Amino acid sequence: MSARHSRVGSVAANTTAIIVFVFMVFPVYWMVNTALKPREDVFTRDPKFVPSPLTFEHFARVIGDNGFFTFARNSLVVTLVVVVLSMIVAFLAATAVARFRFKGRRGYIVMILAVQMVPFEALLISMFVMLDSVGLVDKLAGVMVAYLAFVLPFTIWTLRGFVANVPVELEEAAMIDGCSRAQAFRLVLFPLIMPGLVATSVFAFIQAWNEFILANVILLSESNYTLPIWLAGFQSSFKETDWSGLMAGSTLFAIPVIVFFVAVQGRIQSGALAGGVKG
Amino acid sequence: MSSTVGSTSHTRPGINPTAVGGDVPDGLAAGPQRGSRLPLLLLAPATLLLLVVLGYPIVRMVTLSLQEAKLRNIVRGDTTWNNFENYQNIFADPGFWDVVLRTVVFAVACVAATMLAGTLVALLLNRLGRRMRLLVSVGLLMAWATPVVTATQVWQWLFDTQYGIVNWALVSLGFDGFLNYSWLANPLSLLTVAGVVVVWGAIPFVALTLYAGLTQVPGELYEAAEVDGASGWRRFWSITFPLLAPIFTILAALSTIWDFRVFTQVFILQKAGGITSETNLLGIYAYRTSFSGNDFGAGAAMSVVMVVLLGGLSLFYVRRMIKEVDA
Repeated sequence: MSARHSRVGSVAANTTAIIVFVFMVFPVYWMVNTALKPREDVFTRDPKFVPSPLTFEHFARVIGDNGFFTFARNSLVVTLVVVVLSMIVAFLAATAVARFRFKGRRGYIVMILAVQMVPFEALLISMFVMLDSVGLVDKLAGVMVAYLAFVLPFTIWTLRGFVANVPVELEEAAMIDGCSRAQAFRLVLFPLIMPGLVATSVFAFIQAWNEFILANVILLSESNYTLPIWLAGFQSSFKETDWSGLMAGSTLFAIPVIVFFVAVQGRIQSGALAGGVKG
Repeated sequence: MSSTVGSTSHTRPGINPTAVGGDVPDGLAAGPQRGSRLPLLLLAPATLLLLVVLGYPIVRMVTLSLQEAKLRNIVRGDTTWNNFENYQNIFADPGFWDVVLRTVVFAVACVAATMLAGTLVALLLNRLGRRMRLLVSVGLLMAWATPVVTATQVWQWLFDTQYGIVNWALVSLGFDGFLNYSWLANPLSLLTVAGVVVVWGAIPFVALTLYAGLTQVPGELYEAAEVDGASGWRRFWSITFPLLAPIFTILAALSTIWDFRVFTQVFILQKAGGITSETNLLGIYAYRTSFSGNDFGAGAAMSVVMVVLLGGLSLFYVRRMIKEVDA
């Protein structure tokens, strides 16, 4: 390839890169842009690409909405409970699967994988029926239990990999030095798989924070709404949508997740699939 | 859920290298006799939760699909067996087959678009310099991270009839027919918007996974091919594609499963657009049959059909992953 050819090629590649970047980021940018513009700049024939003058009135209005803090609190409570419990339960199970040989271990791994393939959408109906029969419909605890079960297979699977990658010799050395097995897990293994726990808990956080379908079916009274149900309620075919408010609400809802995810996943992704081409 | 809550998922599970961790080391495994009880104790909480909260609904879905179950039967606990009537009814309903066909076409179109765009973006990433690659990666991660509810609503705003920037752009480009075009008023264009949301959200996972695979392909192969005068097109089909075939297959299988299950995107667009009957996908149809149609038995039967339709692909995926664990 001649130098000139490759320079032309790289100009084309860079141009395409910018187009791809714009396509991927535009919706997020437009969300924030709409949320920051005064209403008269939102509903214009020719779009305004820069929010000037800036206004925070839509954020103030959305936060001032008397429901907002209730919904945000519900979302936070559900999410945090799911994250903490799933990490504890998954860490125990992952250690068992990665560190011990026992009868049915392989079967257990297969089960963990297979269960991830059951379409959640198909369980919506029987999940509702089950939660109804134990009085958990319209209770935050109902969605917590469901989310917990849904994030577990993936969190166990992922943590299993992290545990398996820590050399056992480290724990054995600690046990020779007089640690009990529980202490070896707590003092040696646990700190070493911290990055795995962080990555996995971000996953659990996002799942629980974003979930809409089941919450929409289970949480019936407004005082129990989570943020996604509230956001979905902005629209109906019967009334004009308050786009400024909706975009401000969406920004508040989505930005924490996006920041978290980009920070953590960016680091994980760099190692992703390394060795995937081996075969 | 993962997929699940995945579906909601966005954080797509799946191909995770760290997860492939080899066999159990011998040291601890051959520990004291206590070892035989300890792992079971460690597994107990997870197992209990999975059995009760996932296992039971799976069983209940099957039993419910064989029963007559209106909401009042469920509340009273007197659902009765009705001898495959739910299945006979849904199979005899032409509306159901329309939904199945629509779901299949929608999923296939989304998978094709995702795989094509994802591959092109991966190849692009592989060609870019460090800085541009970082820029595109951050863009991909941001789209990947956007919650589905948010993504759907923002795209809906982009496609808004009067003030949407998509219509503005199309009109500016000379497509005057899109002046005040109402995307959600027509079933086909509503599903197109839903498809755009799905594909936009799915490209990052496919592109970044394939890119990670591409970085593993030895550069000498391409150099040799270039010396032999192979075109870029030829190099892709003779080197890249065969080497990455395992990744392509897994990505296609996962994408098909996910896109077959699309729910939230279409559901929210339906709320705003008001047309449901001609835009329902299988999951939504089962939901509406149960909750609006008050026929939980038929809804459960449709759910079973959904699981069965995806069964083959899921089995394929699980077997692939098991092989990796064993490797």
